[in-house]
Amino acid sequence: MYPSHLRYTKEHEWLLVSGETGTLGITDFAQKELGDIVYVELPEVGKQVSPGDTLGTIESVKAVSEVYAPVGGTVVEVNGALSDKPETVNSDPHGGGWICRLRLADPGEAERLLDASAYRELVSV
Amino acid sequence: MTTGSTQRTPLHALHVAAGARMVDFAGWEMPVQYTGVLEEHQAVRTRAGLFDVSHMGQVAVSGAQALPFLQHVTCNDVAKLVPGRIHYSALMTEAGTFVDDLLVYRLEEHAFLVVVNAGNAAKDLSVLRAAAKPFDVAVDDHSARYALLAVQGPRALAVVGGLAAADLRDLRYYGFTRTEVDGLPCLVSRTGYTGEDGFELYAPPDGAASLWNALLAAGAAHGIRPVGLGARDTLRLEACMALYGNDIDDTTTVLEADLGWIVKLDKGPFVGRDVLARQKADGVARRLIAFETEGRAVARHGYPALLEGREAGVVTSGSFSPTLKKNIGMAYVPAAQAVPGTRFQVAIRGRSEPAVVVPKPFYKREK
Repeated sequence: MYPSHLRYTKEHEWLLVSGETGTLGITDFAQKELGDIVYVELPEVGKQVSPGDTLGTIESVKAVSEVYAPVGGTVVEVNGALSDKPETVNSDPHGGGWICRLRLADPGEAERLLDASAYRELVSV
Repeated sequence: MTTGSTQRTPLHALHVAAGARMVDFAGWEMPVQYTGVLEEHQAVRTRAGLFDVSHMGQVAVSGAQALPFLQHVTCNDVAKLVPGRIHYSALMTEAGTFVDDLLVYRLEEHAFLVVVNAGNAAKDLSVLRAAAKPFDVAVDDHSARYALLAVQGPRALAVVGGLAAADLRDLRYYGFTRTEVDGLPCLVSRTGYTGEDGFELYAPPDGAASLWNALLAAGAAHGIRPVGLGARDTLRLEACMALYGNDIDDTTTVLEADLGWIVKLDKGPFVGRDVLARQKADGVARRLIAFETEGRAVARHGYPALLEGREAGVVTSGSFSPTLKKNIGMAYVPAAQAVPGTRFQVAIRGRSEPAVVVPKPFYKREK
């Protein structure tokens, strides 16, 4: 359920680091908590963020949740397909439901995030 | 999170076994969804949904002065209610605001059942008991005597009718009858909180699980689905039914809430009447309206309503509407703006999003 090549946060986001780029989204646990997602507010390309800054907003029928930057960087790409199909975050949270890509300020910063086994422990009841 | 003080309905184990997501709601551990809010909502609008609403409170009011007592503490005209009929009303504060909103069932000439919100049940009981002192009336908490199941949707009659001993086709909206359902003695009312046709079944708690399963089995051919509190909220919002704690509370008067149809000033004195009479004569300063927004962001409870950039009101409920496929809500706005077609704005996370007042309700079923 939680692939080992991803890093995770306590805010239930994942980050895939590839060289100097990081792709991020929300975890399967998070999409289940939110329920049916009806809108994803994406960040602007070029936006600079520090860890913990707000990158966007996800609205489900019953709740609204912020997307936080797990690490610092600059937004280089957003998943525009979510504008028409926000429910992809429900159906494929760790894949097609990605939210945006960052050029990482410090690729080593991701090492401080949770690995898959630590995240699995966090979300196990 | 569950705590030792959280209450469970007699159907709790069935919800968990069905894979429902359970949440704490008004001190009760309740199912918020089974498969998903959108699917459950759609099931109720097109077929049938089964709800566990056993968290609701029931207060029995009986005695020689039960009628004058209820006339005193609520705003609707209880004298017009004949045995077998139900009306929507409000338990009043002196300020003309809501202690709670509720349903009053006239069981017999001198016996009523008052159905209240779970989160207000303790408060309502203490308010009713304090007010009852000068009256020859008994106020008893009967909440533990009933499990409450609701079957709602265009196929509700087919589902419940097939299991009931009485012929439910003749049961009028806001009427009730006592009959056996699947062999279980129930009070069955043609009421609900979804905007659809449907029934609410007050059943003995120890028979609730078998009744739940019988309704699901009888409804299988009709596409029935168990429905959680998530879809219950979107369904009631589309029907513009108020939710205590969101749209109405002890700071909002019944007239501000646009519920003038339950205020019967000519029935005689009652708690809060003076304020309501003054508001009726002079007009209210603000009114609860229905609105739509054009943008994708949802205007939610507590977001400011703006007029020409200035805060002028507040959103009380807001959601994506699964039926209309757009964002809807209710808000208090100044009375002068409480007219369909009026444009205003909602502040959503620092942005000003255009909104327009629309007629109530958003959704009305075809009869």
